[in-house]
Amino acid sequence: MSPRLVPAQRDATGRRDRPLRVTVDGVPADGIAGQTLAGLMLASGRTSWRRAPSGAPRGLFCGIGVCFDCLVTVNGEPDVRACRRRAVDGDEVTTHSRAGHGDADGPGRTAREER
Amino acid sequence: MTVPAARRVAVVGAGPAGLSAAHAALAAGARVTLIDAAEEPGGQYHRTVPETYGPQRPVRLQHGWRAFERRRRRVLAHPRCTWLPRTSVWALEQPQPEHEGPPRLHLLCAGPADGAGRTRHTLDVDALVLAVGAHDRVLPFPGWQLPGVCTAGAAQALAKGERVAVGERVVVAGSGPFLLPVAASLLDVGSRVLEVLEANTAATTARGWGRRPWELAAQAGKAVELAGHAAVLARHRVPYRTGRAVVEARGDGRVEEVVTARLRADWSVLDGTRRTLAVDTVCVSHGFSPQLELPLAAGCALDERPAPRCGPAGDGGADDARKSGRSGSLGAFVRVDEQQRTSVPWVFAAGEITGIAGAPSARAEGAVAGWSAATGGSTPRDPGRRRALRALRRSRDQGRAFAERLARAHPIGAAWPGWLRPQTVVCRCEETDYGSLCAAFATEAGSASRVAKLNTRAGLGPCQGRICGPTVAELRRRFLGDAPERPAEGLPRADPHRRPIAQPVRLGELAAPSAPLTDPGRRPEEESSS
Ligand SMILES: Cc1cc2nc3c(=O)[nH]c(=O)nc-3n(C[C@H](O)[C@H](O)[C@H](O)COP(=O)(O)OP(=O)(O)OC[C@H]3O[C@@H](n4cnc5c(N)ncnc54)[C@H](O)[C@@H]3O)c2cc1C
Ligand code: FES
Repeated sequence: MSPRLVPAQRDATGRRDRPLRVTVDGVPADGIAGQTLAGLMLASGRTSWRRAPSGAPRGLFCGIGVCFDCLVTVNGEPDVRACRRRAVDGDEVTTHSRAGHGDADGPGRTAREER
Repeated sequence: MTVPAARRVAVVGAGPAGLSAAHAALAAGARVTLIDAAEEPGGQYHRTVPETYGPQRPVRLQHGWRAFERRRRRVLAHPRCTWLPRTSVWALEQPQPEHEGPPRLHLLCAGPADGAGRTRHTLDVDALVLAVGAHDRVLPFPGWQLPGVCTAGAAQALAKGERVAVGERVVVAGSGPFLLPVAASLLDVGSRVLEVLEANTAATTARGWGRRPWELAAQAGKAVELAGHAAVLARHRVPYRTGRAVVEARGDGRVEEVVTARLRADWSVLDGTRRTLAVDTVCVSHGFSPQLELPLAAGCALDERPAPRCGPAGDGGADDARKSGRSGSLGAFVRVDEQQRTSVPWVFAAGEITGIAGAPSARAEGAVAGWSAATGGSTPRDPGRRRALRALRRSRDQGRAFAERLARAHPIGAAWPGWLRPQTVVCRCEETDYGSLCAAFATEAGSASRVAKLNTRAGLGPCQGRICGPTVAELRRRFLGDAPERPAEGLPRADPHRRPIAQPVRLGELAAPSAPLTDPGRRPEEESSS
């Protein structure tokens, strides 16, 4: 639908794309090297990839690693901020849901409680 | 204070402030360790596409890029500089009482964001410069949690840093000059910007800037840049409306339309002015919140800045603010003196954590901080250097004046909670709504904010209150006045910014041993020459 990557031939930066492919919940998604997972998911047509405790969908909010709304699991590693993590070819992204999971919280939380 | 030949200085944050601090500290003879969580220096301002994009002309996107590039090269190539990219400072540890010096830094080095298996290190230095910047402040409104509603900074980061347009039909709304570069970047990546909405009325903004705002902006190095963005908006015929705001976002699973409304000076909604507009994206910023975790961990005192008044005349201040019905506080910033010293010995601060004034001012503050950290604030003996330092202080002071006017021209109106409904989400993580917060404040127990938190879970989610903290604190103030917080029994006094962990750490990483990074900034080959 709406978000997208500026086509390389029209991009004033004169970029030379190196394509890569990740999967999001098993579905292939294409992007280019250097994109964050959030940028890649947005540009490949996903606007949300996480559910809040009530089940409401969430996507990108702050874009710079502050709000933790964009958490995903990457190659089995939970609680990765998609807006901060660069996509790597072959990454397996699993979307998150806090709905019904009680306390499946972010990494900050986990560490804090452990201390 | 006697100053050893090569003081070891750590600079956290390589944005305009941090890079400039590193530059100045190196020039003053220090060994510098420059640390940033990002791959490249530049911070929020000097953002460009990553190397992997193979850009042939990244320069075009940036104001002041060439000067930045020069400084970046000089700093990173300097023999006394150690550059630690992709490194997060996740904690600061207070020194032992008998130990003179700044806190010890705890680092997570060289790894992908939030990846397991980054290495943990500690770093001890003689002086610490904190230049960690700010993030967008967004006030809640009904529907702000819908996908498709994001911060203006997010839109900017994706456009400048990744060439991704966050939406096709976009409204940019909130308050402050930052809305202009964001709209310009969105146009640059091909979004249709339907309108840019400044919540403050034209009268508030004009009064705030006072006489000759352009002169002030020019001194602060901002005029040309802002005029450029305004010209881009005009060329694309994007309307810039003052006294109007997005007061609601609606949609099924994502934003599909927004409701905008005319506002009075205090941000109350004027009846009969609501308009609905079909959009796929809304980018919002009502100002910036400084990232205070590290300064607080270091023990730095904050200044709670009273909101400037918006009446016809007067010098601002909390009293005026109350009389004119404005919100009570602009928020807290790190307190610094003329030398950018914080209240903690050997800890300096620069950039947006000391006040919101934009990149040129952050740069000037950084330079002063870098000099002070490297020299202990002594006056240079060389007359040329003395002149240079005076010039830096002058431009830092101009930046501060600009920040003051900026805050006065773009205050947050006191009546914004009028946009909220009982079901409106205030804490995004825990989905605590306005109704439950009010109920918590209304009970006696709710008067200790730590208790309100536990009752409602507001601020206890993954973001640990970074987003809702200032909002909840402000709503609390409205309900309970300025009565000092009564700490809950057995709990430390609550503080909206205090978090034990500044950056997420994985348990595995915590369990692994951490090695000290010794002798920062020293490379074997310069041992003899320095
Ligand atoms: C998303 C966003 C986009 C912006 N875009 C613009 C723009 O286009 N134009 C404009 O005029 N202004 C913009 N601003 C305003 C901007 O804050 C200032 O212009 C300027 O960048 C402030 O400089 P600074 O050096 O104080 O902080 P910043 O530039 O924010 O730099 C702070 C640096 O510290 C690092 N850091 C923070 N915490 C840690 C930690 N714990 N460990 C390691 N590193 C850390 C960050 O990674 C960052 O690089 C933007 C702000 C935001 C939030
Ligand atoms: S969008 Fe806020 S942390 Fe990623």
